[in-house]
Amino acid sequence: MENVHAIELKNITKTFGKVVANKNVDLYVDKGVVMSLLGENGSGKTTLMNMLSGIYLPDEGEILIDGKVANIRSPKDAYNYHIGMIHQHFKLVDVFSAAENIVLGLNEKGRLDHKAIVNKVKELADKYGFDIDPNKKIYDMSVSEKQTVEILKVLYRGADILILDEPTAVLTPQETKKLFDVIRAMRDDGKAIILITHKLNEVKEISDVVAILRKGEHIKTVRTSEVTEQQMTEMMVGRKVELNINRKMPENQEPRLTIANLSLTDENGIKKLDDVGFIAYSNEILGIAGIAGSGQKELLEAIAGLRKIDKGSIIYTPENDSPQELVGKSPMAIKNAGVSLAFVPEDRLGMGLVGSMGMTDNMLLRNWNKHKGILIDKKDSKALAKDVFETLEVVTPNIDYPVRKLSGGNVQKVLVGREIATSPSVLMSAYAVRGLDINTSYTIYDLMCKQKDNGTAVIFVGEDLDVLLALCDRILVMCDGRVTGIVDARKTSKEEVGLLMVKAKEEA
Amino acid sequence: MIDLVSIIKAAVLNGTPLLFGTSGEILTQKSGNMNLGVEGLMFMGGSFGLAGAYIYSNMAGNNAKGYMAIIIALACAFIAGVIGALIFSFLTVSLKANQNVTGLALTIFGTGVGQFVGEIMRIRIGGNVTIPNNLKNAFVEPVMPLFLRKIPVIGEVLFSYNIFVYLGIVMVVIMSYFLHKTRKGLNLRAVGESAATADAAGINVSLYRYLATCIGGGISAVGGMVYIMTISGCVWNYSALSGEGWIAVALVIFCFWKPLNALFGSILFGALLILYLKVPLAFLPTQIYKILPYVATIIVLIFVSMKQKKKNQPPQGLGVNYFREDR
Repeated sequence: MENVHAIELKNITKTFGKVVANKNVDLYVDKGVVMSLLGENGSGKTTLMNMLSGIYLPDEGEILIDGKVANIRSPKDAYNYHIGMIHQHFKLVDVFSAAENIVLGLNEKGRLDHKAIVNKVKELADKYGFDIDPNKKIYDMSVSEKQTVEILKVLYRGADILILDEPTAVLTPQETKKLFDVIRAMRDDGKAIILITHKLNEVKEISDVVAILRKGEHIKTVRTSEVTEQQMTEMMVGRKVELNINRKMPENQEPRLTIANLSLTDENGIKKLDDVGFIAYSNEILGIAGIAGSGQKELLEAIAGLRKIDKGSIIYTPENDSPQELVGKSPMAIKNAGVSLAFVPEDRLGMGLVGSMGMTDNMLLRNWNKHKGILIDKKDSKALAKDVFETLEVVTPNIDYPVRKLSGGNVQKVLVGREIATSPSVLMSAYAVRGLDINTSYTIYDLMCKQKDNGTAVIFVGEDLDVLLALCDRILVMCDGRVTGIVDARKTSKEEVGLLMVKAKEEA
Repeated sequence: MIDLVSIIKAAVLNGTPLLFGTSGEILTQKSGNMNLGVEGLMFMGGSFGLAGAYIYSNMAGNNAKGYMAIIIALACAFIAGVIGALIFSFLTVSLKANQNVTGLALTIFGTGVGQFVGEIMRIRIGGNVTIPNNLKNAFVEPVMPLFLRKIPVIGEVLFSYNIFVYLGIVMVVIMSYFLHKTRKGLNLRAVGESAATADAAGINVSLYRYLATCIGGGISAVGGMVYIMTISGCVWNYSALSGEGWIAVALVIFCFWKPLNALFGSILFGALLILYLKVPLAFLPTQIYKILPYVATIIVLIFVSMKQKKKNQPPQGLGVNYFREDR
């Protein structure tokens, strides 16, 4: 029985309205193999996996598990076939403990015995080397702890086929390493593992084979050891691409934003920023590194006037003009002065875009006050929408299609494209490439570099240290709301930045 | 001292309809369904419960038994509530209609149906003589043994009530145990917190929402029946019953979505409802007294909103319909 695969997809097709997400996909994974699923945004990776986990139903085609046709109509069915998926956006109940989340939905016999459950969860965690407190509530947990709970939940149900959707997107380098150890342990245990990721170095590091999707179609499955990163990218995009960031030495620098003694306490009384100070120069990209939740978001929001600060000053010096204090000004006034914020939140639609409106109308949200009179003039917005549509290659049926229905990466292109189009003199962007594929990411890096060359002070909050090192001129590292160092991106190393990211924690 | 005892007694009696109305709605909201139709459900429960008892007394004639009248009234009210809630569930869970709009529609529908049935009985049969006195007494007479009731003060405060008070207490204790100690209860709470999570964990979201909403609706409707059969003396009284359902919805928030809190909350609100009778102050018009429950609700809402504590928050998915393939 050599041709029996752990899981096999045959001729799978899925459409959403007019959008074809997957087209005639044939794919298989064997036991004890880690497979990476690689593809651009909107190439249908997540959709394909959601069909395995019972969230979506395929329009055509069949799924074979251990050589037999499987009829997966709901997540419950998926569990019965021992398929478990760890979603990009964790599916956990915040007010429950880890153990409660893990046993959720299992109709085991008897009363809900918390002690017994906790013990069982602990046993399982020890087997694979997880470090977790089963009694801890989810809302008290860090992102990587939440991920651990998700993985345990799937293992607890006896999953033999694990699907992880961009598991490293929100982890630090250290946490990623730990996760990979766990993945290897699971592989050696004979499980089939499918990994969706955008990071080519991770594909090389962890997976045995890599399957490449392009525009919903399966292009090729190859052994990871036999391809280079460049080849993978080309298969993904379908043509030759340059993976270089064109970083020029900054010239004619002058201070744009001078921040001193900035402190901020959030509504729960937790100190988010503690005495933060730095200067952002024109013609420069200042990177901000740090573990998620170290105060990056709050810092940008404070500068944009979206949050009240406790103390400190934010002085903005426009080109050929006298300095002005931004603290106390309305977000609109700050925006008009030329300080722009392109924030990409975790749920992408939360801030900045209206899901049920099309690209044109979303562009209008930034332009509406430029025109006088009581009627709306959509001409500019339409031109801008077209421009973003073309330069960033947004995949959408037309520019008036609701952005909510686009895939995550495409939503992001719309958001970032719009912010860059206002040609601000300070451009702040947070997680601008979160979840974007490699090709689009480089388009965005390129746009950032162009802004810098035009004299903009760019502040770039990023997650991927390799990118920060290649893109930025200086990197500011934050930990627990404090600035733990500002380093020269050309001279520093990943290790140095990594250490600064956890510095405050070790001192405490 | 005597005065205080009588206030407590009245508070408990007036709080009992609220206890049913509120705890039914807690069960519904724990599943993530925000059913604003409680007012309508209580109207339906009140009129159908009364009608059930009336039809029974007509059919049984002189052989009518008190306990049978109670069981039939309970069953009629519960079924009426289940039917009302079933309409709500079908519209919101199956057809994904907006929950707030559907709830308000259910209120209009339920009060209309309730008023129609109630008024028919009041006008055709004559309000006060709908059912004979011996059956009326069955609904209000104390059920605890005499020696317990004879204990001074304690007997009055704890053991002097009709059957519905104790039924209500038993019900909330069971509900609380179910929600917090059983697997099904855990699943139900997960459905209300995050339907997508529950679905991914293999829980049938629609089934849980249907069941919780229908059973919850039935329990709420029993509240309306209790009001008509005890406080209003087995007489259809539109103006007295109106507003009870809304107070019950407010109480759900007041109680932080916990059935055991509903016990104390409903007694407190029961006290506020009858304060104008028990502690009349000459300079305060009764109208001022009657707005007290609403004032209390607003004050509580202010405090709850100011102190955002994780464990006192509404179910996270409250009011949100779930559609698996949504994106």
